[in-house]
Parts: sequence; structure tokens; C-alpha cells
Amino acid sequence: MSNATGQSRRPFPHRNLLGISQLNQYEIVDLIDRAEAMIPVSRQPRKILPTLSGKTQINLFFEPSTRTQSSFEIAGKRLGAQVTNMSVKTSSVTKGETLIDTAATLNAMQPDVIIVRHPASGAVELLSQKVGCAVINAGDGAHEHPTQALLDALTIRQHKGRLAGLTVAICGDIANSRVARSNLLLLGAMQVRTRVIAPKTLLPRGIEALATEVFTDMRQGLAGADVVMMLRLQHERAAGKLIPSVREYYRFYGLDAEKLSLAKPDAIVMHPGPMNRGVEIDPAIADGPRSVINQQVEMGVAVRMAVLDALLADPTQVAQ
Amino acid sequence: MTAPLVITNARIVDPASDTDRRGALLVSYGKIEGLAEGAPQGVPDGATLIDAKGHIVAPGLIDMRVFTGEPGHEYRETLATAGEAAAAGGVTSFVLMPDTTPAVDDGAIVDFIIRRAAATSKVNVLPAAAITKGLRGEEITEFGLLREAGAVCLSEGRRSIQSAGLLRAVMNYAANFDLPVVHQPADQSLTGEGVMNEGVLATVSGLKGIPLEAETIPLARDLQLAMLTGARYHAAQISTAGSVELLTATKQRASGVSAGISINNLALNENDVAPYRTFFKLSPPLRSEDDRQAMIEGLKSGAIDVVHSAHDPQDSEVKRQPFAEASEGAIGLETLLAAALRLVHSGDVPLMTVLRAMTQRPAEILGLASGRLSVGAPADFILIDPEFPWVVAEKDIVSRSRNTAFEGARMQGAVMQSFVAGRSVFRHAEWPEGGK
Repeated sequence: MSNATGQSRRPFPHRNLLGISQLNQYEIVDLIDRAEAMIPVSRQPRKILPTLSGKTQINLFFEPSTRTQSSFEIAGKRLGAQVTNMSVKTSSVTKGETLIDTAATLNAMQPDVIIVRHPASGAVELLSQKVGCAVINAGDGAHEHPTQALLDALTIRQHKGRLAGLTVAICGDIANSRVARSNLLLLGAMQVRTRVIAPKTLLPRGIEALATEVFTDMRQGLAGADVVMMLRLQHERAAGKLIPSVREYYRFYGLDAEKLSLAKPDAIVMHPGPMNRGVEIDPAIADGPRSVINQQVEMGVAVRMAVLDALLADPTQVAQ
Repeated sequence: MTAPLVITNARIVDPASDTDRRGALLVSYGKIEGLAEGAPQGVPDGATLIDAKGHIVAPGLIDMRVFTGEPGHEYRETLATAGEAAAAGGVTSFVLMPDTTPAVDDGAIVDFIIRRAAATSKVNVLPAAAITKGLRGEEITEFGLLREAGAVCLSEGRRSIQSAGLLRAVMNYAANFDLPVVHQPADQSLTGEGVMNEGVLATVSGLKGIPLEAETIPLARDLQLAMLTGARYHAAQISTAGSVELLTATKQRASGVSAGISINNLALNENDVAPYRTFFKLSPPLRSEDDRQAMIEGLKSGAIDVVHSAHDPQDSEVKRQPFAEASEGAIGLETLLAAALRLVHSGDVPLMTVLRAMTQRPAEILGLASGRLSVGAPADFILIDPEFPWVVAEKDIVSRSRNTAFEGARMQGAVMQSFVAGRSVFRHAEWPEGGK
């Protein structure tokens, strides 16, 4: 484990964090350990651990995201980095500049890390090939969202004390969810029994390769689960094509008290946010005692601090 | 015209006559004058002599699916640069797809292409005429006038006609003029936003998949309409095992039906796409290894008639993009033969079968006199060293675009020399024997 300052002495063997798929189980545990050690930094009055002092961090978001972007921003600032936010509206991407042009331009500004969210799967990896600094994937299309999976794993471990042997049910729009993919990869690597639950229109072909079990009946899928992870439904896109209506979706795939009662009595409820209350989750559950949704947000900052630190901090230098 | 030409010491491989033997080829006035077994009896005065050194002499390849950027996108490829690439790849004739700007939907544009090709291209350019005006899938073009202008077939290029009623009318009307309808079966509503083969790989990559049924359902429709109308129908390119089954069943009952396949779908599979290699983003997509194997069987059984390059030049601007946003297509004229020879060297398909699919069958479908080494046929032929080792390197590419799916691939077998109408249009740097 790490020491009290959150500094792990082991070097992290990757330049970028593009996906959970690039990590083995030891590296996953290492990052979760590092993140756990970062939690106290954010809880103390003077929330700073200046291991990234003098470093430049660019948050490059091609998709709007209040939550993830501010989480990365706060994480960078708590580590002492200079943080610049760039979003599509203010960038030249809308003027026909390609992703690779943008990468070259930003690269010339000598950043130390670029955090990228992009609507196309694989776009972050493409950008990482064109820059000389570290790149962190903050979500690419329906591919990966590695820091979300890490913060989910840390949250689960905080509550359950372990990961291996648990049963985690992920419910909702699996087909379009990068959160589901990264979680399935991470939990699978950690010997967690994973279940995906969705109507067949929201299940991608071949998902059996990633999940232990696949359910279209939510009641069966929730039976005996230790963790219930709900996903956001893009109901504006899905309604009428992939699901007939929000009310039918809520009836069969919305998490309410009755369905949750089928999970283990101590099961926790998670959601990556932002939630559609009344679409995929009953407000009473979202805000109830089993919900750890706000804690996920807190763990998000710790995980992003740990990832930034692992990628950027000089491992030979001991923090004060 | 040109002086007589004699190729001696050759391995003459001519699928049309099922010939594979040692011999000599005599050419004069741009036509094949004769074939001799063993050494030629005598040599005409002033004839050029080429010692083939035992290499293969075969009909020049006829590539049934080539895109260029002329007119409209000349920075991708012109008829001249495509002709250079074709000659280097042993392709002595290619069918030009109508997807240009403007589309080849009018006799005047067919005429422009024929004149322009005659002036600038080293190889024969055979225009395909658009089936519908502007390739919009709505109103049919003037098939008769297009044929008179010189179109060899009808094709909707990259597009696929969604309306069965329209396609029925197309086939009925095309039958009047005996024009083959070359059509790629692809159901748009099933393809949706798909960008690669549907399955585990697409799901893990977070990419939307294209199901096999996006091809097999419209192919079944097309085949039934071909039988209903009696039209000559050529499935432009297929990619699935199910399509081979449909073709096998239909061909037992209908004679005017044929099918093509891109060499990419015979030589590569969906595993080549990972991770997000946009040069392997093709249409139809690369499928599973099981599909590839089934199509190799289909080529051997005759369910698949034609192998083509699907040469589709795209500049790096539209290729070096996130996978879902990148353009489809790869160049292929220069690698068609070498990639096809992979199937021969691996023992999957006999040489004669592979060559037949690139010479005799396209000539028969299009009604061409070339594609065979018979007396009186145009002297479009190539010299192949089937063992020549080489590596595909971007710097050596002749085509104006660089989007090859075979970058870095090790090849065995190369074209040493290409002849169009008896004239040498390409000679390999390591082939000094090729005459003046």
C-alpha cells in the first residue's frame, strides 16, 4: 500500500491511460490503492499535494460534461497543476480542423497531460499517437471510460472490502455505454461475477465475451447481486426505436424498491450520472440509504488524482 | 503500329482455354497472332524477342471495380494515375465506377471518360454507367444512350438501391439493352450507423456493427428479381458465407447471375481492423475468418465469378480520422494480383481459378474480346513471376493515394511486365529482359 501522502513509490508502466483493456489486474489494484491513499487529501482543510507543481494539464472535451471535466480539473488543481479547459464550442474543431490538427496544435503548447473526451470510439487513442505528452481517456464513444471504472471499483471496495467473488449487475443501455465496457473489463479482470441486464435492443452482439451472464429480465438479473449499477438511458435517442416509451422502460428496467429487494439486502446502488430520475431509477432509490452515488463522485476526484500522479509525478521524488 | 513481338520460353496460362503449358506467344498489330507450343517455328522479321525465362504469360487482368477521382476529385486519383497503378499491377482493363463528380449518368460523361482515358491512361478504361440519375436511387438513367456512348455495364457504385420496385424496373429495362446490372446488395436500414462487422470485435471496440443480414437479405431480393426479369445480374461484391449459399442455390436455376468479391474480403478478415485501423475500413466490411473461408470455397466452386481490387483512393485527410468518421475504401490495383497469389501459395485456390476470376469471367460478363490468349484477341497480357518476393511499402505506391490495406505486407509474386494492345505499358525495375 501507499504511504500517507498518497505517493506510491512504484513507477507506473504506461505513458497514457487509454482504457482498462491496457491494464493487468496488478496495475488495476495499484491504481485503486493509489486512489484510496488520495482520499484524505481532499478531506483535509488544505486540499493540496503539489506533486504536479509546474505541470500543464489540458482538458479537451469534444462532448459536454460538467461532472467529469470538473472532476479532472479539481484533481489536477489539488495536485498543483496548471489546468486549462478547452471545449468544442470555443475551439477551432467546429471550423473544420481535424482531430489530428487539434492534437498537433495543442502538442506545440508543450502540455504535460491532455485529458480527452470524444464522441467517437478510438479517437483518444488516435490523438495520443500524435502528441508527445501523456493522454488520459475521459470517455471515447461507446468504447472506454477508464477512470469511471476505477472510481466504481474503489467505491465498491470501500463498501464491500473486496472485489473478487462479488456479483455486480449492470443495467441499462449496454450497447452505447463506455461505462459498461470499462466496468466489465475491470471487474472481469478482478474475478468479479458480472451481469448485464437490458432489453435486447440495448444489448450489443457478442456481449457474452465481456460479461459473465446476460439477462433481459431485470428481476432475474438482480437476484442475489451485491452491487446494482444503473446506466443512463439516452431516452431521446432510444424512444420509439429501441424502446417503445419511457414508461414501459421504467416498468421493466427502472430500478425501484420492489426490484431492488431481489438483490442482496446489503446491495449498494450506483450510477455514473447524470441520472434520469423516473426513467432508469426511482428518485427514492437514487437518494435513499443504499445509494452510493455521491460517494462515487468523491472517489472520482481521488481516482483522477491518482491517475494524474501515476502518469506524471516523478517517482524518485518524495512528496512532503 | 508496333513491331511484331514474340514472347518465348513462357509458361502460358490461359483460363479461357484451360491452358497451362510451355510455349511462345506471337503478337502483331496489337492482337494475338499465334501461340506456339515449345519454341516458335520462326520469328517474323524485325520482331522484338522477349525471353520470359519460364515466367507466366497470362491474359491482362480485368478489374471490375475501380474508383478514381476524375472528374471531380483529381487530387485522389486521375485516369492517368489509375492507369499507371493498373499497369504496375497487371490490370490491363478496368471498369470505372460511376461515383465521380458529376456522376457518370449521362452519355456525354461516358464520352468524356472514354476520350480522356484514351488520351491519358495506359490501360483500357471501361466506364460503368450509373443506374439512377446522380446515383440518388430515384430515376433511372438512359440505359440505351449510355450503352451507345460506350458504357459496358450499369452500376450504382458505392450505393445500393433500396427500393425493390425500382430495382425490378431497372432489371427489366436493362434487359432491353443486354446490359449487366452490377449492384452491391446493402440494406441501409440494417447497416444503419455500422462501421465494421457486427460481433465481439465491434462490441469490444465500441463500434457499431453491420450484420451479415444487411447483405444477405437484399442479395436474396436481387437474385429473385434477376430470375423474375431475366436480367443479367452481377452482385458487385459479397462478403458473407450466407451470400455464397444464396448464389450457389440460385445459379442452379438461373444462368445470367454472377457475383464478384473484393480481394480484400478474400485476403483479410475483421481482426485486421483492430485497433481502429481506418485503412481496413471497407465496404462491405471485412468479416469473420469463417466467412472468408466460405468465400474461398465459393471462389473454388464457381459460386463467386470475379475477384476485383475495389480500388478506392482516399486522401489521408479523410482516412486519418476516428474510425467511425473515416472514409471507407482502400486502393488495390497494384496489390490485386499479389494478394490473389497468396491464396494460390497457401494452397487454398488453384492458380487457374484465381486467374479465371480476374480475366475470363469478367470478360464474359462484360462481353469483352480480351481476357483470353486466343488468336485475334487484343494483345493485353502480362508476365508474372509467381515467386518474386517483395514488401508493400508506401513509398513505392504508384497510385496518387496511399490508403493501402497491405502496407508492410510480404508478397510472393509480382507482375514483371504488362502489355496493352501489344505495347509494353509497365516493366518491373528488376526485369531487364523486357525489350526496349
